[in-house]
Amino acid sequence: MNAIARRRCVDLLFQALALLILCVALGSLVVLIADIWSDGAARLSWDFITGFPSRFAERAGIWHALTGSIFIMVVTGVLAVPLGVASAIYLEEYGGRSLLSRIIEINITNLAAVPSIIYGLLGLGLFVRTMGMGRSVLAGASTLALLVLPVIILSTREALRAVPPSIREGSLALGATKWQTVWFQVLPVAVPGILTGMILALSRAIGETAPLISIGALTFVAFAPDGLSSPFTVLPIQIFNWVSRPQVAFQANAAAGILVLLALLLTMNGVAIWLRDRYQKKLT
Amino acid sequence: MAAKFPSDTVPCMVQICCRYVCVTALGVLAMACGGNNQTSQEGAPVLITVDGSSTVFPIAEAVAEEFGIAHPGTRTPTVGISGTGGGFQKFCRGETDISNASRPIRATEIEACSEAGIEYVELPVAYDGIAIVVNPENTWATSITVEELGVLWAPEAQGRVTRWNQVRASWPDRDIRLFGAGVDSGTYDYFTEATVGQEGASRGDFTSSEDDNVIVQGVSSDELALGFLPLAYLEANRERLAVVPVEDGDPNNGDGPIFPTFETVRNGTYQPLSRPLFVYVSVTAAERPEVQEFVEMFFSRNDLINEVGYIELTPQIYELARGHFAARKVGSAFADGGSQVGMTLEALLAQER
Repeated sequence: MNAIARRRCVDLLFQALALLILCVALGSLVVLIADIWSDGAARLSWDFITGFPSRFAERAGIWHALTGSIFIMVVTGVLAVPLGVASAIYLEEYGGRSLLSRIIEINITNLAAVPSIIYGLLGLGLFVRTMGMGRSVLAGASTLALLVLPVIILSTREALRAVPPSIREGSLALGATKWQTVWFQVLPVAVPGILTGMILALSRAIGETAPLISIGALTFVAFAPDGLSSPFTVLPIQIFNWVSRPQVAFQANAAAGILVLLALLLTMNGVAIWLRDRYQKKLT
Repeated sequence: MAAKFPSDTVPCMVQICCRYVCVTALGVLAMACGGNNQTSQEGAPVLITVDGSSTVFPIAEAVAEEFGIAHPGTRTPTVGISGTGGGFQKFCRGETDISNASRPIRATEIEACSEAGIEYVELPVAYDGIAIVVNPENTWATSITVEELGVLWAPEAQGRVTRWNQVRASWPDRDIRLFGAGVDSGTYDYFTEATVGQEGASRGDFTSSEDDNVIVQGVSSDELALGFLPLAYLEANRERLAVVPVEDGDPNNGDGPIFPTFETVRNGTYQPLSRPLFVYVSVTAAERPEVQEFVEMFFSRNDLINEVGYIELTPQIYELARGHFAARKVGSAFADGGSQVGMTLEALLAQER
């Protein structure tokens, strides 16, 4: 066997190995979803989605937690995205390499790795108690906004960095100010990347339970949140509560709740991908 | 969101997107500043907030659910789970109206409440039993004494008492694998107080979980396992677990080993592993008519307590508790704090008079 043939063989082997690993990863996901589907699909119904919690498994629904999750997500996005994008623009376009901006940079990178429970405790001290928001949607969303802020800043910076310098230079050469360059040239090109980061951040936030439990999100809330100061619960908390119940019938509810959460996540990701593709096409 | 963007040029779209976001953010902040006096919405009764023990949660949830059905159009009371200790922390800061507790209030918590000027009425609402369970394949453990449980779970047993025959010589010379409630739970506090003799002291080498279904899972899949569980979890998993009757060596409350059932827990013969569950009602909240009505449902709707797997108190105790609430009898019958084992509620409540 000559050298080339051997290398091809190694190449082929590596390819096969990579494919195998991919199959294992995807396979276990499929098995998990199939298992949850077989447990929970029978419970999925319009009554389940629009129902409120109950001590009877067959009467219990998920409307309170679904609306809570969506409401929290929207407020988190509204709070975190403008702040995160603005911070990233400052750091990337204006901050330069000064000592201060490097300190900020290191801190943001570190914050992205801080366990979520720490944010929960911060939220409890700062938003719930010091600022007197109580155990409200606003306090929960503010806590989650802090949690996802580093992720948004980091991914926005990546997106801004990927914009070719020639675009900036061209704009500046034509006499545009720095602000005009950022606003009209750099940001539009970076939008797909920013959107991807945003959706990753919000997807993380929607699955978080620990920070919300530590700020005091409730377990039994028999109404949909109707304002920023309303008490709330979210899907992961409701699912966890059902899983830990003694009655077996609640396990089916938990599985159905997981399916609802998955559907919500997939919808969010789908919308993000669709938006991203739209913007990408516009540029070319 | 896409519909809001005009589809001409990209910069314009970004602009509008950002403007929209900024305006919303400002709106959110404005509402945040103005929205501080929560829950009180013109004329409607103020929301009742309940928090605390996860053990008492199903009872409070059932009562809240029924309260909501009885009062359509108003906000149903909310119930949180933050553990008995976590619940008292919130309660003693005035953040909740009612605190669920699977053990009586502790001295430190009494102090925290009195510092904050929070007065409360202590009301027993139900009994819970703690069952000793083994795998259905286990043929030898047909009864166990309280001393044997003490030997098995004591801190000194760690790494030493690891085989069945070390607990009772007639049992097989095989490994014993232990499962129990997480160390933050009231169930664990009560179990250790009742068996080892000191609250919160036990060996550390057992599988502990805050989720009792994990214990069910563990015991039902291991022939050599032994664990303790709230009675409600036993009822729901009868076919997967075998229950071990407990002998306390005191003929006054029934001879020989006694099985945990609704009846033996209620009449006080399943000792020492049955315990009362409480709600603590803030005296300020007790002035509100809707809170009075809510608390009354704990006494009058005993059917709910059975439904969620707990054991209702005797009518006499409910009558005593009702009297305490009506008289706003503040403070705790457990002034020295902690779980008290083997004392009947009648005796405790009477002692309080």
